[in-house]
Formats: sequence, structure tokens, C-alpha cells
Amino acid sequence: MGRIYLDNNATTPVRPEVAEALAGMLKGCYGNPSTLYCIGQEAHVEMEHARDVMAGILGCNREEVIFTSGGTESDNIAVLGVARANRKKGNHIITTKIEHHAVLNPCKALEKEGFSVTYLPVDKYGMVDPADVERSITSGTVLISIMHANNEVGTIQPIAEIGKMARAHKITFHTDAVQSFGKLSVNVNELGVDLLSASSHKIYGPKGVGLLYVRKGTKILPIMFGGHQERSLRPGTENVPGVVGFGKAAELMAAEGPAEEARLLKLRERLWEGIKANVPHVKLNGHPTMRLAGTLNVIFEYVEGESIILSLDEHGICAASGSACTSDALEPSHVLAAMGVPPEKSHGALRMSFGRENTEQDVDKVLEALPKVVEKLRSFSPIYKDFLKQQQTA
Amino acid sequence: MAYSEKVMDHFRNPRNVGEMKDPDGVGKVGNPVCGDIMELYIKVKDDTIVDAKFQTLGCGAAIATSSMVTEMVKGQKLEDALKISNSMVAEALGGLPSQKMHCSVLAEEALQSAISDYRNKKGIK
Repeated sequence: MGRIYLDNNATTPVRPEVAEALAGMLKGCYGNPSTLYCIGQEAHVEMEHARDVMAGILGCNREEVIFTSGGTESDNIAVLGVARANRKKGNHIITTKIEHHAVLNPCKALEKEGFSVTYLPVDKYGMVDPADVERSITSGTVLISIMHANNEVGTIQPIAEIGKMARAHKITFHTDAVQSFGKLSVNVNELGVDLLSASSHKIYGPKGVGLLYVRKGTKILPIMFGGHQERSLRPGTENVPGVVGFGKAAELMAAEGPAEEARLLKLRERLWEGIKANVPHVKLNGHPTMRLAGTLNVIFEYVEGESIILSLDEHGICAASGSACTSDALEPSHVLAAMGVPPEKSHGALRMSFGRENTEQDVDKVLEALPKVVEKLRSFSPIYKDFLKQQQTA
Repeated sequence: MAYSEKVMDHFRNPRNVGEMKDPDGVGKVGNPVCGDIMELYIKVKDDTIVDAKFQTLGCGAAIATSSMVTEMVKGQKLEDALKISNSMVAEALGGLPSQKMHCSVLAEEALQSAISDYRNKKGIK
């Protein structure tokens, strides 16, 4: 049975060209890029090539790209670093209720340090209203952090519009672009952001490496202390093979451009149309159009997400859920909750996220398995039974 | 987190699943907000549970513990059935991941509730 991997928002398979670049570095290029002799300089050159690729994608200077251990570290440096560096200016931060925990939890940590944080609401599609951002700005606001595209539902936020606002008020603006980097345009000047987080393993690169774009002149403090690497903002010898792999992955994404996104969009719509036609009582989560091409989040009413995932796994299909039962926290998705989805419904959410290995055949196989899976689970769901009885009496 | 082979077996092929016609006792526990709801139906003859069935909305562990508890109670005297604890159900399934232990509590509660429903109907205290 061939595996159908539909969880590309969680992570992606490393593509062969990237694996080759990584292996080349691991085998033959062990030098420390901070050293002056030849093997150190070889490593340095490889790493700086990756930095140039990133600067090209971001439309920034190479010195503004900081390599990190991944999206979580980038978000932590951005949020904690900017807030603490600007403490004298003010103690207010604006973010949203639908951020990744890599932004939400540093914000919570800052609340304990005396900062106050505004968590903006979103509409039913998971979209932030820029007017809400404007209304929340105070004289003490030192940071706005709003994600570019949401990992659970895929909704794309009006970052450029908020960016203009942030600039007008001279407030530092960070965006978590972990889900959009390499997929959407992330030109930092068009977006109007001062900081931007990205991660390698979401774009077919290795795990354990990411980047933080930091606009020149941004007031920011490190959260880790050590050597002078990465402008002392992220000390520690760089993950050189990882950085090179990330660079290769980003280069390939940039070369493919929007054609791959268009292909994923077709697959996603084929799946959604098929689900709607074959499974009753389903609801789409996320914005109808302003959404990542590869993200499909659907609620299957009267069933629970984890049981769908386990059943799909039996058919060789890997997907994710918004259900509390799939997380250790046992809390339903905070993103769906912010969108006004009641917990009894969000337990039945299934996220299917497409990637470059997916084909039309994959979609058709999912459409063969999924209706059966949902029907079986509903056949012994007590709330489905109650619903059917209600229908009969009505 | 990984489920044991036994949990997966009961999840894949749940035993005694479905609604029971004219049950002698029904236990309804859980709520949709938590994401787990279990209904357990029992038939009782001479103080012995002669048949048990269930319907469950929930995760893999919730469905597997429901299935297992119906297997465990069949043929049991009511007083013995009342001694079945959540950890006994979990143990019979080859263990549950720690964050899933609360699902086995649901099975125990459903059983207790079904037996007390039977006793209430019969006027037994």
C-alpha cells in the first residue's frame, strides 16, 4: 500500500536535491565557518551562498538574514528580543488569537515580565481586521506580531495593509511566515515588516534550521548569549549543513514559482468538491479564497478527529486533526475557537495539507476511503443517532 | 504517543457496537464539548449482565475502552461488574498512553451509570 502524505503543513519530505546538498556538506565540509583557514572558509562560502538566496527571496540585504534553529526560535527571538529591547519605550504588544504557540507562549512569558498583550480576534474565516490593529495601538505599543498564513486553516492575513499602519505609527512589525515562505511572495518591503520568521522543514528542507529576517536598525536583544555568530543575535556555531540544505530548498521553491501553488490549489479543490459531493454534514474552515493553496481544513460533524486520523492511517493516508484528543494538551484548536467554532464541532476537524509529492490519484484514493471512514464512525456515534432521530420527528 | 496493538484491534473492529433494543439499563456519560460521549446498554437476567452494547463518539482510546468494557461485563454478576475499574479496562487493552487514561474513566462511569439505571428502574437501591 502506497502512503499518501497529506500533512505537509506539519512537515515535508526532504527533496532529493536537498538531501544531496546536505550529504555533500556532512561528508566533505566540516569546517567552522568562523575560522580563517581554507576548510573554514569553504563552509563560510557555502553558508553565505544560502544567505544570498534568502536575501533574494526576501528582497533584503544579506546582513539582515539570521540563521536559527527553526521557526520557534525565530519567533522567540523576534517577540522576546524586540519587547525587551524597547521596554523603556513601552510595554504593550499586539498579536492575534490564532498565532502559533511559538508566538503566543513568548507573549505569555512577557506578560509575567510586566508587558500587556492584546490578542486580536479574527472573523469566521480566521482573518484579522486591520482596523482592529489600528484601534489597539497605544503610545506604549512596541511590537505587532501577526502571522502571514495560518498553519491550521491556511487563511492569509492582510500583512501589507497592517505593515503600512505599523510604519505610520513607527511600531516594529513581525510576521511569522513559517507557512508562507517559499509559497507566497514574502518581499519584506512589500509586506512592510521589520522581522520575518521562516523554517526549512516546511519547504522540503531539513529539520532544525530556520531564519529570522531583521531589518537594519531594528532594536532587538538576543535571548541566548555566546559568540559573535549571526551578528551576536543568535550565537553558537551555525548548523552549516542545515543552512545549506535550507538554502537549496528555498532556491528550488523560488525557481518553481507560482506554478506549483496553482497545481496544489487544483488538487485541494478537487478534494473539497469530492468531499462535499460524497459526505453529508461537512463544513470548510478557513477563508474561501485568501488561503494557502495546499491547505484544506474540514469539519466532519458527529465524529471525532483522532478516530478519523487513525482510520485513514489504516488506508495509508496521513492527515492532522483539530481535535483535543490528538494533542497532549487535551484542548481543542485555539484557532478554530477564535473563529467561533464551538468545541463540540472542532473535535471533528481534519486538516489535509498538500505538497509536491501529491497527485490527482492521491486525491481520488482519499475520496474512496474518507466517506467510508466517516460513515463507519458515524454508525456508532451516539450524537449522530440523536440527530437522525430528531430529523425523523421533525 | 502510540496505541497498543490490542487498542488498535478494538478500535478497528469494535465488539458489541450499536444500539440495543429495549435495554434494561442505559449509561450515558461524557459531553460533546469534551469530545467524548459514550452510551452503554445492558440486558440483565437473574442479577447477571447477559448482553452489553455501546455507541461512542470519541478518539481511538474512547472507542477501544468502550468495546473492551462491553466484553468484560458480559456474563458478570452485577456486583462483580461494579468492581470493574478504569485501570482494569486499560490493563485488558495492554495499557493506554498516560494522556488517554481519562478515556478509560468514561468506560467505568458508563458501566456504573448503566447498572444504577437498571437498579433504579427495578426499584432496587
